[in-house]
Amino acid sequence: MAIYLIRRFVIMIATIFVIATLTFILMHSIPGNPFTTQDRSTSEAVQENLNAHYHLDEPMIVQYGIWLKSLATFDFGPSIKQPTETVNDLLGRGFPISAELGMWTITIALISGITLGVLAALKHNGIIDYIAMTLAVLGISIPNFILATLLIQQLAVNLQLLPAATWSSPMHMIMPIIALATGPTAIIARLTRSSMLEVLTQDYIKTARAKGLSPAKIVIKHALRNALMPVVTILGTLVAAILTGTFVIERIFAIPGMGKYFVESINNRDYPVIMGTTVFYSAFLIFMLFLVDIVYSILDPRIKLHKKGGS
Amino acid sequence: MEKILEIDDLHVHFSTYGGTVQAVRGVNLYLNKGETLAIVGESGSGKSVTSNSIMQLIPSPSGKIVRGSIRFKGKDLVKTSKKEMRAIRGVDISMIFQDPMTALNPTLTVGDQLTEGLKQHTSVGSAEAKAKALEMLGLVGIANPESRLKQYPHQFSGGMRQRIVIAMALICEPDLLIADEPTTALDVTIQAQIMELFKEIQEKTGVSIILVTHDLGVVARVADRVAVMYGGKIIETGDKDDIFYHPQHPYTIGLLQSVPRLDMKEGILQPIDGTPPDLFAPPQGCPFTARCAHAMQVCANVHPVTSYLSESHQVECWLQDARAKRQPV
Repeated sequence: MAIYLIRRFVIMIATIFVIATLTFILMHSIPGNPFTTQDRSTSEAVQENLNAHYHLDEPMIVQYGIWLKSLATFDFGPSIKQPTETVNDLLGRGFPISAELGMWTITIALISGITLGVLAALKHNGIIDYIAMTLAVLGISIPNFILATLLIQQLAVNLQLLPAATWSSPMHMIMPIIALATGPTAIIARLTRSSMLEVLTQDYIKTARAKGLSPAKIVIKHALRNALMPVVTILGTLVAAILTGTFVIERIFAIPGMGKYFVESINNRDYPVIMGTTVFYSAFLIFMLFLVDIVYSILDPRIKLHKKGGS
Repeated sequence: MEKILEIDDLHVHFSTYGGTVQAVRGVNLYLNKGETLAIVGESGSGKSVTSNSIMQLIPSPSGKIVRGSIRFKGKDLVKTSKKEMRAIRGVDISMIFQDPMTALNPTLTVGDQLTEGLKQHTSVGSAEAKAKALEMLGLVGIANPESRLKQYPHQFSGGMRQRIVIAMALICEPDLLIADEPTTALDVTIQAQIMELFKEIQEKTGVSIILVTHDLGVVARVADRVAVMYGGKIIETGDKDDIFYHPQHPYTIGLLQSVPRLDMKEGILQPIDGTPPDLFAPPQGCPFTARCAHAMQVCANVHPVTSYLSESHQVECWLQDARAKRQPV
């Protein structure tokens, strides 16, 4: 186990290094720099001073070295566009909000998705099954930004039940979470249903029934645990989807999360912020995938983490 | 002898997209206390459906017992409520399925799966349940039971798993054990061990056993009585010796001839030609007519009445009917 964790950790570091390098290359291959986009009025001398201040006049390889150093020390320096704030400040302010949105989304998606899927499987070809699967198809087909605007129109503008935007109370959180969670809920529900249907035909379910166990015990203890394997597998990808989903949803609902800084930083060529947010997102995602693997091995004892190819 | 189980005129139908399958069409069967009854027959003859019916484990809603009764210790299981049935399953009647590789839940420890039935049906504590589990593992011949309890099914071999499945079925000390092809998925050497185990357990606990199989070798080893099923009906029943030494139904004879034997004179096995009847539209008469070398006109039109050849031996075949003309010997 310890060996596995160490190896896994080394791979994670290597992955982040590759992402950091690619980000650096891509970022600098976008034409222009932080100062060419707006402020045309700055004089030549000021430009040069600014470039020198942010090491933009140095050769690429030196800039790359500086970037790696900042990465190693977790200090990405101040934002170029908002010089009063460091990248770490932005992350520290934006991440908790994004994380709150993301965690609620994944929790609600898991609970409602699994419940719907299990009910649909148990009432296979029944009315509940049809309703659940119709909802699931709708959930998968409707993009979250469409759903978000529809929700605002109906719940906030027409019915005036919920506040239309920002992030300050639980009431503000309802619509963004619904908009973001619908897609993943639908995916989880469909997946749970199909794997549940498969598991329910397994011999060990028959054995459990032959033991005289109660239906609830059969479903929860014997079927669900096995049926959740595929759900756990896609959880990593789902987290990534929710993460990118937050960019759009945060913008629509004017939520001051990380997505805002991420998008703005690219528009502004705000190099430190781009690098900081990208690496942070990647690191977070990699860590989530790691957690998924751990959960996987807890759910299924046949999967041994220390064996080769355990990831 | 006391009859522990009596099946009377059992009919089981399955509705499918293709129509209704009449899987079991009037099975009459009884089981004496402490004996082993083997139900033999080829795939699709209805033997598994019959045994699942006893447990009320017919897949619903597609499968349905449309007629007949299954009396277990005087109680009709067909009319028993689901809740009462749950109290009978695992406690009074246990069942072992074909494939031990899939009969155990891969994500739960063997100890957990062994004891959960006991915990469900009785009020024993964890320590007591564990002691009972250890005892059962000892009974089925698993070494180091203490450490084995914490292991998962994938850490056991096929034969070991079947032993665990048997231990699991016996942990509540049932009166009736139904084994649905318990050795089909195992190696030949393991098969023999498992069958020995069944015999041993029966001697120790006095449990009555219904053994569903298509393996006549298994039958010869452990069964007291044999019921031969064909086309959803029991066409011949008798003591083991009746069936093996004096088979009367052409199908039983064919079945015995299709088993390789060491003392066989000719080198060629005699398979039974043809295929089993279509149970979507079962034949009016004897289901074996189409494949029977001795078929008569009456066979195709009327199902034979039961002929009682001796107290133990019954057959459903017009050839054995009292009205059939016999050739002078």
